[in-house]
Amino acid sequence: MSKLVISDLHASVNGRMILNGVDLEVRTGELHVLMGPNGSGKSTLSNVIMGNPKFRVESGGILLDDLNVLAMKPDERARAGLFLAFQEPVEISGVNVFNFLRTAASKVSKEPVNFSELKKRTTEYFKEVNLSENFINRYLNEGFSGGEKKRFELLQLMLLKPKIAVLDEIDSGLDMDTLKTVGELVRNSLKATGLLVITHYERIMDYIKPDFIHIISDGKIVKTGGIEILKAVKEKGYEQYRV
Amino acid sequence: MQKQRIEMDYSRYDFKNPTEYELKFEKGLSEEVVERISKLKNEPDWMREFRIKAYKFFKNRPVPQWGGNLNDINFDDIIYYMKPIKGKVDRWEDLPEDIRSTYDKLGIPEAEKKVLSGVEVMYESEVVYNRVKKELDDLGVVFCDTDTAVRKYPELVKKYFGKVVSSNDNKFAALNSAVWSGGSFIYVPKNVKVPMLLQAYFRINAASMGQFERTLIIVDEGADVTYLEGCTSPVYSNDSLHAAVVEIVALKDSHVKYITVQNWSSNVYNLVTKRAFAYENAFVEWIDSNMGSRLSMKYPSVFLMGRGARANTLSIAFANRGQHQDTGSKMIHLAPDTSSTVTSKSICVGGGRTSYRGLVKVVKGAENVKSAVRCDALILDDDSQTDTYPYMEVDEDNAITTHEASVGKVGDEQLFYMTSRGIPEQEALNMIVLGFMNEFIKELPLEFAVEFNRLIAINMEGSVG
Ligand SMILES: Nc1ncnc2c1ncn2[C@@H]1O[C@H](COP(=O)(O)OP(=O)(O)OP(=O)(O)O)[C@@H](O)[C@H]1O
Ligand SMILES: [Mg+2]
Repeated sequence: MSKLVISDLHASVNGRMILNGVDLEVRTGELHVLMGPNGSGKSTLSNVIMGNPKFRVESGGILLDDLNVLAMKPDERARAGLFLAFQEPVEISGVNVFNFLRTAASKVSKEPVNFSELKKRTTEYFKEVNLSENFINRYLNEGFSGGEKKRFELLQLMLLKPKIAVLDEIDSGLDMDTLKTVGELVRNSLKATGLLVITHYERIMDYIKPDFIHIISDGKIVKTGGIEILKAVKEKGYEQYRV
Repeated sequence: MQKQRIEMDYSRYDFKNPTEYELKFEKGLSEEVVERISKLKNEPDWMREFRIKAYKFFKNRPVPQWGGNLNDINFDDIIYYMKPIKGKVDRWEDLPEDIRSTYDKLGIPEAEKKVLSGVEVMYESEVVYNRVKKELDDLGVVFCDTDTAVRKYPELVKKYFGKVVSSNDNKFAALNSAVWSGGSFIYVPKNVKVPMLLQAYFRINAASMGQFERTLIIVDEGADVTYLEGCTSPVYSNDSLHAAVVEIVALKDSHVKYITVQNWSSNVYNLVTKRAFAYENAFVEWIDSNMGSRLSMKYPSVFLMGRGARANTLSIAFANRGQHQDTGSKMIHLAPDTSSTVTSKSICVGGGRTSYRGLVKVVKGAENVKSAVRCDALILDDDSQTDTYPYMEVDEDNAITTHEASVGKVGDEQLFYMTSRGIPEQEALNMIVLGFMNEFIKELPLEFAVEFNRLIAINMEGSVG
């Protein structure tokens, strides 16, 4: 049982304040949805949680159980059990997918990973996320379609089994069938993980069945509730939550 | 990405122990020195005359003022001939600790370490060597050091020696022609496909891994050979000048692949003339790496002499602090239906400098030529520098020549992506750099590829601040 606690988090990029006091708690087994207008700071929050050096934390704190996350480098955070599925995964030419997965898995898991066992496991995950096995021999995200990138992010979530994961728009640009597959797999991963799912769409809710929905506006969480919030958003938009 | 700091200290490779020589000339070069070298080697007159003539060319030619800075070379401060008693030091234990640990990091097996570091002369055991030797003999393949070849195969050597790279080709080829010692000689008879990789290791004489080595490879019609020179371990040398010449004659329908893996210590000027003649339908490949050294100037070239000949250069250059890699390739299309590709990958870090300098030439009458040049550079910090100097001289309208160049920086977002998966920044950077070199590494025999990966990791040490 793990817990990520974000308290009064203020963060900036290039001298511009983006997060203006975010408070949020996510526990193993909980599924939180974060929604809000474009530019409200969702990806910024994700990046700050994972430790992207581009963003500067001005004040506030992030704790993973008793660990001070803000004092850790991104790789240390990953090894401590944090994960981020990127909104826009970068392409890295020359870095082989399997080699990357193997390296990541061996860093994150506490035990040494067995090569053939890992290969078997990844092959199964590729099937589950509906990506061809051939992706194993490709370069990292290079030439992947939008939907393929999302599915590959999901695969990494399944492989690395983090304590807390942030999924930044993992449902954007997916076709209907894939959306269902992805949604169900996300739901499945809850057994071992606490999730913060960022999305713009209602469609995925049926599959992921959120426990909490948070609305973010201007870098602050302005409303928290259950699935009923969706209806209000649908009818009156985010404008009603403006502070 | 934060500014990167490079703590790689190449001086630790520099060789400090005194070495004993059976014979060692005084510093400096003169016609008399050249005469003495020839005499010591008991060479035929033609070779002695070849050397003397070359010496005159060398004397008369100015130091080139393009490429890297060569003006600091003091030709009077160099010993042009020496014959070590054996290896470079007597005992493995006598090597500086740093050097020994580098070998350990490279993961080179115990037995090989001693040879590579110059402690022992033989790489393979006598048994393995003799087995390979016998296999080659049975095929009629000649593989020996060039000094031996001059004595044992005078006809062959005389016919081709200095014909691909003339003794007046450039100042350093002239120097090599005057004072050369060692190097490999290979002759592959008609239609023989050499079934194993020929490695410079197999030469019995360590002295042949010299400063002024001279390699000549003749691949007869329809024959096929792959040759690999060098090793990943740093070449420790007091000698600041390495001026080698490699000549390849690829006759009709033959294929030759020449792989170089070298890692020079930081005081070395590495000035090598490598050239091949590719006759009708022959295929020549240069797989070339440039690591270490103070300055490397090396432009493997192919003269496509016969219809349908093909050539391919795949090279990588890695420049760290205080290093300049001025490298590239020349493809000279002299016949119709010939094609060439050049792929050059360079990486600079810690204030290092890489330059691509290449030439594609298509003469009048060489119709339907295809040539594609691609140069990719990766810069790891703001102190480092890379440039490209691609030259094209095309005198045939229907030639298809392309040149693509890219300069990349390792993106902060790339590093963040990889570190967010638990991979430490330095390792992530190494993976990206190795990925960038992947095309080259794929060409190496497996055990070399593994060593090469480690070598890059060592060279990248401290590149993350
Ligand atoms: N490097 C940067 N320099 C300046 N402003 C930036 C930078 N990165 C992000 N921003 C700004 O920060 C704000 C928040 O961006 P963020 O990506 O967090 O929004 P988001 O909520 O994820 O939006 P979307 O729904 O479109 O993904 C935006 O106004 C954006 O332009
Ligand atoms: Mg976003």
